[in-house]
Amino acid sequence: MIDRLTAFAAELREAGVTVSLVEMMDAADALQFADLSSQEGLRAALAATMVKKARHRPAFDAAFDVFFGLTGPSTAAGAPADLADDDLRSRMADALLDDDLDELRRLVREAVARFAAVDAERPVGGRYHQYRVLRRIDAERLHQVLLAALAPAEDAVDEQLHAAAADRMIGTVRDEVRSEVLRRLVTERGAEDVARSVRTPLVEQIDLQHGTRQEIEAVEQAIAPLARRLATRLSQRRRHGKRGRLDVRRTIRRSLAHGGVMLEPSFRPPRKGKPEVVVLCDVSGSMATFARFTLQLTHAIRSELSNVRSFAFIDGVDEVSGFFRPGADFETAVAAMATDADLVRGDGHSDYGRTFVEFVDRYASAITPRTTLIVTGDARTNFRDPGADAFRQMVGRARAVFWLNPERRRYWNTGDSVMDSYADVCDEVEEVRSLAQLERFVERVVLPSTTTRPIAQPNDLHQPADAGGRWSW
Amino acid sequence: MPIWESAAAAAADLEAAGYLTDPTIEQVVYLADRLEKPILAEGPAGVGKTALALALAEATDRRLVRLQCYEGLDEAKALYEWNYHKQLLRLQSDEGKTWDDLEAGIFSEPFLLERPLLEAIRSEHPVVLLIDEVDRVEVETEALLLEVLDSFQVTIPELGTISAATRPLVVLTSNNTRELSEALKRRCLYLNIDYPGIDRERAILRARVPELDEQLTTRIAETVAAMRSMPLRKPPSVSESIDWARTLIALGVESIDQESLESTLNVLLKYQADIDKVSKELAVDS
Repeated sequence: MIDRLTAFAAELREAGVTVSLVEMMDAADALQFADLSSQEGLRAALAATMVKKARHRPAFDAAFDVFFGLTGPSTAAGAPADLADDDLRSRMADALLDDDLDELRRLVREAVARFAAVDAERPVGGRYHQYRVLRRIDAERLHQVLLAALAPAEDAVDEQLHAAAADRMIGTVRDEVRSEVLRRLVTERGAEDVARSVRTPLVEQIDLQHGTRQEIEAVEQAIAPLARRLATRLSQRRRHGKRGRLDVRRTIRRSLAHGGVMLEPSFRPPRKGKPEVVVLCDVSGSMATFARFTLQLTHAIRSELSNVRSFAFIDGVDEVSGFFRPGADFETAVAAMATDADLVRGDGHSDYGRTFVEFVDRYASAITPRTTLIVTGDARTNFRDPGADAFRQMVGRARAVFWLNPERRRYWNTGDSVMDSYADVCDEVEEVRSLAQLERFVERVVLPSTTTRPIAQPNDLHQPADAGGRWSW
Repeated sequence: MPIWESAAAAAADLEAAGYLTDPTIEQVVYLADRLEKPILAEGPAGVGKTALALALAEATDRRLVRLQCYEGLDEAKALYEWNYHKQLLRLQSDEGKTWDDLEAGIFSEPFLLERPLLEAIRSEHPVVLLIDEVDRVEVETEALLLEVLDSFQVTIPELGTISAATRPLVVLTSNNTRELSEALKRRCLYLNIDYPGIDRERAILRARVPELDEQLTTRIAETVAAMRSMPLRKPPSVSESIDWARTLIALGVESIDQESLESTLNVLLKYQADIDKVSKELAVDS
């Protein structure tokens, strides 16, 4: 068991989940007490000790299924082999509707035997086999069969609920197919090998520009908490900056309670600085996916901070703050921006020079000495004038300027990329190709660590007055 | 001395205290007791993280000591504080004594103010310690908790180290507004509590709102589950679905249809944009 656990931890680390030595030991301890005959118990015990981030859970589950979930031969026999494909599907639907998991498993086992074409000679990834089986089961038709079998819908609410129920059932089939395929593969090739073939990248490692549709969806789900964290941190900084100046009047008044000894100094609350953020976002075709993320992030911050203005550009620039006002639905806002914002002046390819000139012209007042300007784009000007002078003018007015480039750093300044003409005037230029990098940028640059306030030490009282911050008025 | 013999026993006790577990929760609770490790419960608001600690206290018949975290929480509020008003009085009433006598006197038990962490450690009877919303304190303040979570002891420079007389059961909760430090996470068993599945939600509703009939319970659970799968700004939590069930009962609604749904959506959803989206999605071609 310990060997298996070590191999499992190695696979987790390979997949990017950090498991420390202490956590390994905890897991081994937990195994002593966990009921090893119960799948769920074992899974819970290992997850609680080894995975400390909710978003690493899918990677854990995938590896767990391979290493611990599917051991042991398939118990009962599969469904009769002479069943026609259509009958197989309708029996599946029946099993789903009756909530008969055993029957469903038998059917899935048969389906996998028939369609998966698991072949020891051809070591292809686990997902290929799953895909083959699911295609033959045909989720679309199964969905229809299920809908027809559920009681007729009485109204629209009913209808929606039935559709959701059918979706959930199909999800069950998908899970069963997955575990059955994995079970077969593991028996044939061993856990380590299979785990490698079903490994999926962690959400924070997914390439923001070139992810698959599912991957992008996963990232979009993860971006909301990130934005909330960012916004919380921003407003925290506002409330708890440095402590303000000593409030002499209140300190003396308080001292009256202790016979005139000034025990508790009172400070004026710090002056609130309101962070102002201006986001300037390239939304041209090549940047489409990345632009969604930046807009989403901006939108989320906007609902927490009032002074956020967002601008989008292609070869013209327009303010889009109005579409992304707090409370607005993000999808609607993106659609509205696409139709109503005035972003194209010429051929519809990004033109940084023209954009910056126009921005200085029309929106110069948006940038004040308190503004943090964030530009997102690949700095590919299609061989047009980069407009470095106009950009310099914008930078000159702002408090800080950050540029996020979704391209790999080594492609910068190749072809029509003119990153260097902007880079030297920016405070920071960051490569942001994954959520992890975006998060790092947020942590490191936008929110440099807050000044630590000294923890009040009552016994400072007995120290010389010049010893600590608290008494050095 | 472990409390439970198996995860199932833990589940039964929690259920008797009115908290319905699932296999993950009961396993983690059981392990926390066995391995003497704190539980770090993370998840969206309103899924029963705090309720778990309350139920644990009730199930084990222990007192609950609660430390509510907030920005700016410090040692003096979490661990202990010297009662310096009292110390001052002592100094003023004792004039003429030597300095050593005085110093020894004022840093002793009677001048110590216990705060929740110290209270949990020093309690004669074992307690359940709830450290609520730990993500609200600054990263630096987290360090305060480490000694307590690690070895169940508190060090007071003037008095020395105070070790726990009895091991408390510790539950930390976090709403995930920021990433907690590795050091803290490493010391805990991690429990991610998510929205319950339909079956568990149904069981919860039945337990909390017994006057619901079977059919309506199922309908509520299904409707709420459907809403949670939509991209909402704030999906309905368990406590909101309980509120909704109570509202439906109070209004005498017997089945959920378009009309009753739309008139009561504001119980479930707290943002106008969410309400608009749900009524649009759940009411196609009516």
